[in-house]
Amino acid sequence: MRRRGGGVSAATDSPGRGRYIGRGLPRPGAKRLLAGRGRYTDDVVLPRMLHAAFLRSPYAHARLGAIETAEAAAMPGVHAVLTGADFARICAPWTGTLSHFKGLRSAPQRPLPTDRVVWAGQPVVMVVAESRAEAEDALEVIGIDFEELEPVVDLDAARAADAPRIDADAPDNVLFRTRIEAGSTAEAFAEARSVAVDLRFGRHTAVTMEPRALVADYDPAEERLTVHQSTQTPYQFQDIYARHFGLSEARVRVIAPDVGGSFGMKLHLYHEDMAVVGASLLLKRPVKFTADRMEAFASDIHARDHRVRARLAFAEDGRMRAIEVDDVTGVGPFSAYPRTSAVEGNQVVRLIGAPYRLSDYRADLTVVAQNKVQMSQYRAVGHPIACAVTERLVDLAARELGLDPFEIRRRNYVTDTMYPHRTPSGYTFERLSLATCLDRLHALMDYPALRAEQAALRETGIHRGIGIATYVEITNPTPAFYGVGGAHISAQDGCVLKLTPAGDVACAISITEQGQGSEAIVGQIVAEGVGLDRDRVRVLTGDTETTPSGGATWACRGAGIGGETALQAARKLRARILEIAAAILQAEASALDIRDGAVTDADGSPRMTLTEVANLAYYRSDLLPPDVSPALTVAHHFAPRGYPFAFTNGIHGSLVEVDPETGLVRILKHWVVEDCGRIINPLLVDEQIRGGVVQGLGAAFFEECRYGETGQLLNGSMTDYLVPMACEMPDIVIRHVETPTQDTELGAKGCGEAGTAASSAAALNAVNDALLPLGAAVSQLPMTPERILRALGVV
Amino acid sequence: MIAPQPVALTVNGAKVRRFVEPRLSLADFLRQDLGLTAVHLGCEIGACGACIVNLDGRPVHACLMLAVQADGMHVETVEGLSDSGAIAALQAAFHARNALQCGFCTPGILVVALAFLKDCRAGGAVPSRGAIRDALSGNYCRCTGYEAIVDAIQGVAEAACAAEAAA
Amino acid sequence: MKARAFDYRRVASVAEALDAYAGCPGEARYLAGGQSLLPALNLRLDAPDLLIDIGRIDALRGIAVEGGALRIGALTRHAETLASDLIATHAPMLTEAAAYMAHPAIRNLGTMGGSLALADPASELPACMRALGAYIEITGPAGIRSVAADAFFRDLFETAIAPGEILSAVRVPLGRPNTRMRFDEIARRRGDYAMVGLAAHLVLAGDAVETARLAFCSVGPTPVRAPAAEAALAGRPLEPESIAAAKAALAGDLDPDDDDTLSAAARKHLAGVLLGRVLSGLGDGRLTAEAA
Repeated sequence: MRRRGGGVSAATDSPGRGRYIGRGLPRPGAKRLLAGRGRYTDDVVLPRMLHAAFLRSPYAHARLGAIETAEAAAMPGVHAVLTGADFARICAPWTGTLSHFKGLRSAPQRPLPTDRVVWAGQPVVMVVAESRAEAEDALEVIGIDFEELEPVVDLDAARAADAPRIDADAPDNVLFRTRIEAGSTAEAFAEARSVAVDLRFGRHTAVTMEPRALVADYDPAEERLTVHQSTQTPYQFQDIYARHFGLSEARVRVIAPDVGGSFGMKLHLYHEDMAVVGASLLLKRPVKFTADRMEAFASDIHARDHRVRARLAFAEDGRMRAIEVDDVTGVGPFSAYPRTSAVEGNQVVRLIGAPYRLSDYRADLTVVAQNKVQMSQYRAVGHPIACAVTERLVDLAARELGLDPFEIRRRNYVTDTMYPHRTPSGYTFERLSLATCLDRLHALMDYPALRAEQAALRETGIHRGIGIATYVEITNPTPAFYGVGGAHISAQDGCVLKLTPAGDVACAISITEQGQGSEAIVGQIVAEGVGLDRDRVRVLTGDTETTPSGGATWACRGAGIGGETALQAARKLRARILEIAAAILQAEASALDIRDGAVTDADGSPRMTLTEVANLAYYRSDLLPPDVSPALTVAHHFAPRGYPFAFTNGIHGSLVEVDPETGLVRILKHWVVEDCGRIINPLLVDEQIRGGVVQGLGAAFFEECRYGETGQLLNGSMTDYLVPMACEMPDIVIRHVETPTQDTELGAKGCGEAGTAASSAAALNAVNDALLPLGAAVSQLPMTPERILRALGVV
Repeated sequence: MIAPQPVALTVNGAKVRRFVEPRLSLADFLRQDLGLTAVHLGCEIGACGACIVNLDGRPVHACLMLAVQADGMHVETVEGLSDSGAIAALQAAFHARNALQCGFCTPGILVVALAFLKDCRAGGAVPSRGAIRDALSGNYCRCTGYEAIVDAIQGVAEAACAAEAAA
Repeated sequence: MKARAFDYRRVASVAEALDAYAGCPGEARYLAGGQSLLPALNLRLDAPDLLIDIGRIDALRGIAVEGGALRIGALTRHAETLASDLIATHAPMLTEAAAYMAHPAIRNLGTMGGSLALADPASELPACMRALGAYIEITGPAGIRSVAADAFFRDLFETAIAPGEILSAVRVPLGRPNTRMRFDEIARRRGDYAMVGLAAHLVLAGDAVETARLAFCSVGPTPVRAPAAEAALAGRPLEPESIAAAKAALAGDLDPDDDDTLSAAARKHLAGVLLGRVLSGLGDGRLTAEAA
């Protein structure tokens, strides 16, 4: 493997012009969206297309009796009324377990239920009609006999011995347990001082601006299924639809057009997806389903919902020694497919304490089923929880010892001489930049001045708080993430590059675009790697028929894995171009270069343009020597084979002002110093960080899926589920440290989740810093006015 | 059955006549009948702002209006505002600043921003970031965190005010 | 999320509207700005047979001072309320309240009459009407009648409007000299329904408060007056002691319910905080209507 160090642009052999890696260029694809020419899934209209709507269970837990559909079937425009039995014949059930989560169990799932419903909002009956409105009209006349069962709602009550069970044949409601143990925490706590937390994290959800949508189009003549779907992972859905409906994978095509936000939410299988595909197979016509916002809240995966009790043992000199953790997380009634509902908890218990030198660690994870919406991976999976638990413990220890929050972290970080470093929970860090980021943040915030201002303002009754939070983030996963557990989820990516007859480059790649700029960075890498203007590179993504199969975009893998794939593909194409040019120019390929769209001598003097090379290869291949191929299409696949994950790190700072009379918090400013390795496009990285920070601040102050005692979602609408809006969000200052991974030539790691990973923890510490002189503390997210007023003893 | 009713309105400068069901929202009419898919449905209760269009020159939620209500009115969507050049400066600023990611909220934000900038008077003070954020208070964006959007609008406002001052 | 089918008729006059209502064999609804009705239709929470679009009736428009009152036509958009100089002069609390009402695009269609007729207790304008001592003008088959705001809001989403009647205007008595008023609220996000809102209207005699009208939104099924707090202010100068007395008295005025984000205790506490802040602000002499 080629390794490179130093600060030069990683990917080019050409000096001077043609450098694109590291430049903050705007996204070419954004112009189309700005002109209103986006094409999202709901914009897809096909001939003879029908529209689906679902009747959903009003009960969180009920036995399903007779379903009366005759009147609905006779309604105007209605083509079919389908129930669980209709799909049972054509769709094999799916089960959200993976073998590397030993003992994880889940009830098999079908498109629509045949005997019981297990959450309020579960689709029960599907109507397919000429229009969505007519389908909804028909839903109103369907009768279902439900026999209500006792729901499992509360996280603690779900584990009680006499709790009602969601799976009647299971011994309890626990889907998965695991313990991680390294060293002896019992000894450590016996010998040291300690602090403890009991933190609760509310359920929240992605609220993508574009709800989930798909159009399934089955053509019986060719036995071909085409699905237009708002998803991050078209290849994964191609595999799922083929396997579960018994279709040939080669005859299943999944196209992800413009995707209006995903954040992990759109890579899970939903019951409606299977029902829509099944309906198209049954009706032999295109069927569209676009979730409305009420359906989105009641069926998009939720995330978080953890109660974490943890304690930290430390010495008088501030050295941290051991952490013990008990994480209980409530998931849905079953484990999500194909990625399971165990990953978030698993990452929580493996990431707690990660930035610090700990000798002893023990963590217990219990994943509990509830009659609520299914829970699975959403942006920054587990990281915000692990970060908040760790960083709150660290702040509490600092306070016990009278140390500044910066100082206690500085004393305890994994140091630069320790890499590669293996954590007690089993993660291995190639190299992090913890202390460097800490020092940069200290200067960036002008921390001493902030503290002085805080003290002065406290005299006048203004209560500001300053909080910091260090994170370590999992990016660039190898098959260790899912593949080893048996999931058909690829950890590799593929890229096909073609020098077109006109001398442009067409790039088809398996990573996907949801607005983060995957296509933009691939274009930059290919342009630099080949040696031509970026405007001459066209990047195609999101279509299983026209792009190579690969992992797509999730878990912060697009830039690191997809980017390296593109770089190596560019090198291959460059070599092909130079071989052909060398044959024509009667030169050694090694003495030639490609710069600015032309083959040049080593000194940069142009010899022939890429257009001329392509013209020759395509139209005058007779001029090439017989042993020189005219092929100008190359393919490259790449999977990381070094460390199982490329860990990134960084630190957030938060400045807030708490109004102790109202419990409202103003977020005044937020800072991030982050290290995602080689930065391909700083403009895009900054905006990934900012968007991520704001989602984390949503979790900190606003977002929570609230359930009533009977398992009803109480706030499943955009007026009741609060997400961060422009007025409440601060400006966010971002700086970068670059520690490229040596596992790839590009050196890039991921950055999409770093903003979310630590912003809520920094805010939690900031609010608690503000509350400290008032003798109060909060330990539950989101930090609502009610909770802050209660913490203050005002109510 | 309820009979469709005639509507005649001007959409992006062109006169349009259709028969529509009374229950059809203006948003669905623009999307389905006219193919103006820049009108995005994010909530259908007037909360998210993705469907905002100009109605007789003022931003309104197309999901909170019936197509039949718009009879005789002038509607502009981002398609039309883009073709006419009305939002060219905003488009350029949003592009340069990367003030959009998935783009789903963007049409509504462009319409609101255009109206906001119209209200910023000539030669006058550049609106504060707070005022820009306030103008955006009804527009959800889940990708950007808003700062880049505020930057982009502020940049256009600064240029407009400078131009006015010079004139 | 698509509305159930309904018929639609646009009318050009109040008389035509009343006729259309009377002639509808099923359920009919008047449609003005539609900013609350359309969401309810889209969600199928409401499903009338006929919508009568009164949105283009000129007689329901206009803001004018006439007969010792500020008359605001029912079709006045919130954006017009926000921009009206007449309103800013004679009823500035409405200008303040309009700025809190949802978001700019909603304010471009939502109307004064629609908001009052819906009578959402979390809405700003109903509380303002009670604090202003306004009269609600209702037009029905028998003609026009006027109902004091205090008698207009009867229960949750229930008003003095009888089926088929139209809220045609509001009349706000012109402020006497030394009137001070303010609307303010505490909300989690800009434009959200408030956790608590307060419309406060004081008439001063010299340094002392002669009469106080305090109306809260989001604390009960209707906009709620606070008679004990009002009484605690009457006859006393607006100063820390009287404000504290009003806050103390307020506890007996309000009886909100718990909801799942805010307990009754927290809501009452916030109402007291807001009352203190609003009264303190008015004590500073801002936003007076002394010119009126």
